[in-house]
Amino acid sequence: MNSDKVTKIVLASSSIIILLLAGGMIYSLAQGAIPVFREFGLQFIISDDWNPRSGEESYGALPFIAGTVITSALALLISLPLSFSASLFLGEYYRGTRMARILGMLVDLLAGIPSIVYGLWGFYVLRSFLATLGAPNQGFGIFTASLILAIMIIPYATSLSNEIISMVPNELKEAAYSLGATRIEVIWNVIVPSARSGIIAGYILAFGRALGETMAVTMLIGNANIIPSGLFSTGNTMASVIANQFGEASGLKLSALIAIGLLLFLITGIINAIGKFVVKRMS
Amino acid sequence: MNNAGKQNIKNNLTGRKMKDRFFRGLVIALSVITISPIILILYELIVQGIGQISLDFIIQTPPDTFEAMTAKLNDEPIPGGIANGITGTLLMVSVASAIAIPVGILTGIYLYENQNKFLAGLTRNISDILQGVPSIVLGLIAYLWVVKYITNGFSALAGSVSLAIMMLPMIVRSTEETLKMIPVAIKEAALALGVPYYKVLMKVLIPTGFSGLLTGILLGISRILGETAPLLLTALGSSRINLDITEPVSAIPLLIWEFYNDPNMAELIWSSSLLLMFMVLSLNIVSKQMAARRK
Amino acid sequence: MSIITVKIKDPVLSFQNLHVSYEKDKYAVKDVSADIKRKSVTAIMGPSGCGKSTLLRAVNRMHELYENIETKGDIILNGKNINQMPAIQVRRMTGMVFQRPNPFPTMSIYDNVIAGYKLNGIGLKRSERDEIVERSLRDVTLWEEVKDSLYKKGTFLSGGQQQRLCIARALAFDPEVILLDEPTSALDPIATSKIEELLGQLKNEYTILMVTHNMSQAARISDYSMFMYLGELVEYGKTKDMFTKPQDRRTEEYLTGKFG
Repeated sequence: MNSDKVTKIVLASSSIIILLLAGGMIYSLAQGAIPVFREFGLQFIISDDWNPRSGEESYGALPFIAGTVITSALALLISLPLSFSASLFLGEYYRGTRMARILGMLVDLLAGIPSIVYGLWGFYVLRSFLATLGAPNQGFGIFTASLILAIMIIPYATSLSNEIISMVPNELKEAAYSLGATRIEVIWNVIVPSARSGIIAGYILAFGRALGETMAVTMLIGNANIIPSGLFSTGNTMASVIANQFGEASGLKLSALIAIGLLLFLITGIINAIGKFVVKRMS
Repeated sequence: MNNAGKQNIKNNLTGRKMKDRFFRGLVIALSVITISPIILILYELIVQGIGQISLDFIIQTPPDTFEAMTAKLNDEPIPGGIANGITGTLLMVSVASAIAIPVGILTGIYLYENQNKFLAGLTRNISDILQGVPSIVLGLIAYLWVVKYITNGFSALAGSVSLAIMMLPMIVRSTEETLKMIPVAIKEAALALGVPYYKVLMKVLIPTGFSGLLTGILLGISRILGETAPLLLTALGSSRINLDITEPVSAIPLLIWEFYNDPNMAELIWSSSLLLMFMVLSLNIVSKQMAARRK
Repeated sequence: MSIITVKIKDPVLSFQNLHVSYEKDKYAVKDVSADIKRKSVTAIMGPSGCGKSTLLRAVNRMHELYENIETKGDIILNGKNINQMPAIQVRRMTGMVFQRPNPFPTMSIYDNVIAGYKLNGIGLKRSERDEIVERSLRDVTLWEEVKDSLYKKGTFLSGGQQQRLCIARALAFDPEVILLDEPTSALDPIATSKIEELLGQLKNEYTILMVTHNMSQAARISDYSMFMYLGELVEYGKTKDMFTKPQDRRTEEYLTGKFG
């Protein structure tokens, strides 16, 4: 067998390793999750009874699913005006200027800050600030967690939107200007509709990112295994319950945590696939 | 058009102009707010943490909680440092890179050479999906695979595996993109000299694309440096400096988490975070500079 | 049917019923048979899309790099069928120069010239290497211009110099045939004429098969010319004869500029 053939086989095998990895991950998670599903069936997903005490064990993932979805959705909402403004700043108003380069660099750096550092700053600075403003539970809760999450996902939402906005063809914009439109009118009536799917894709991907965030949320959400009852109530997310309760977990409880991991994997996978699909449909 | 109509347009114009100026101001204001966290965070870290940073901080291990408490009671700075975290982080990043770089580059080459094949398209999609998997789930996987079956307990290897899976998609993508930017004529010229394909890869394509590949790797490393969640389930942490990958090991983010959970050690949080941020940001900036210079 | 007005004795290269297709039943090269004369310049010319580059690249089996391309028929190089040798060997017996100059960007001028040896891991003594580098660079009249910068990377050279470097790289291997694919179309007129002059000298030592989109270039420097149209070899003969007395109507129309 000549060397070219060997090379081709080695390369293809490397590719197959990735596929096996992904398949193996799903398999292992599913395998670990079976015990808890066998015990509680689909009730696991819709029950909010989380009781790890032995003898009366009961596991329900609903509080965490709710916590995850609510904080991520709220984070997206909060980040929307901020990242959208930043995209317009970078992609339209100040495109190509030095200011845009500096702002762009700073937004990128936001993405580089480790989650635990966000958590620390959130815990010591943001939370006490909100507490002094009157937030209950010493500032712990859904709102604070969503706020820090919003800051964390801004760079992801901004970078994709910014690229798409700056790619809107000049002819379209010039046509609108030549009709006497003001800048904001061109933005609203020409640029945004043209860039719409790219902007949406960016937000879908940012949402996916928020769903999986662990450390910063754990440190701010209050870690109460209940379905959140209001904007400032405490709660918990799928990622943080795994991080917090993993330490001494075994048996059915371990299986419950793995099952939550599986659900998290599936949810983020689907959201990311949808985001990719929207991106693909654009090009 | 009559005078009334012209007046209407004129009034309208003033209103529109104001709206335009208002929105412009709003965009600028919100953009400034958007970047304020990074400035605030860096400020906080530097102000609170710079005092503790010293050579001792880097070469000593942390104090135990009593030593810390005693120092606080005596109004002294907390002794010790984060050497175990630094060595642990370096150890796991190295092992993770050793795993992810070969597989990532080879896969990236495969994707570059086989743009339209089914296997390539599938791998590309799966790689993108892998990139979106939350790091805590990767920690679960590394627990199930390594902690349970390979090292029979928490270990640096398990931590490295979870970090390697995180790095992998990034390296795959940047390898493919880098190679795609090399003119086809270079590859063909080498092949026309009768050079076997694997040598064209190793001696021409990879050296030519070297800075692009390196950028992808550096970005991957800067991403995993700060990860805490997967390590909680895999490396566990250790109070000693440990270079045995089958044993639990510490890491800078893990130490920060431990300090956070212990009221006596709280002051060490800021300096450790500052050091971590410094490492992450410098890598980030270096790799972005490399990327910009290539363009 | 091709009109071939020359009989080539002891050809260095023979095309025998060569077909090349990119898609099923769509042929870029249709049934071409021709012999190429040793130590001369043979030009392949024709309008865009006539198959001339495809014909050239079949000689060093470059088509095998692309899965959708199928080749039928034979090419005999110095008495040996190229399909019965490993592709790598064929490529070491031929040298190819491409349309855009492409010195290897990470190698010095010196290393570029002996790239063929280096990349193939062929060990040479330092003196042998120096000798090959100097000889090849002198052959392409580049030696005087670069002898003091041999260890710098080749990318600072002008387009014409880079192309001569690529020719030197091909010559260093002492190939049976040098294949040039529109070698001057990316160069300015001065660099072009320098290379044309160079090819005129090289033909005393090497056989040159050159694709050109510029018929006056073919008229200037080639001894024999092939005219291709829509994948077929329409006419092949001594350049002087083809340009003064084209036998096929299509050849005449091309030469008089009726289509380009």
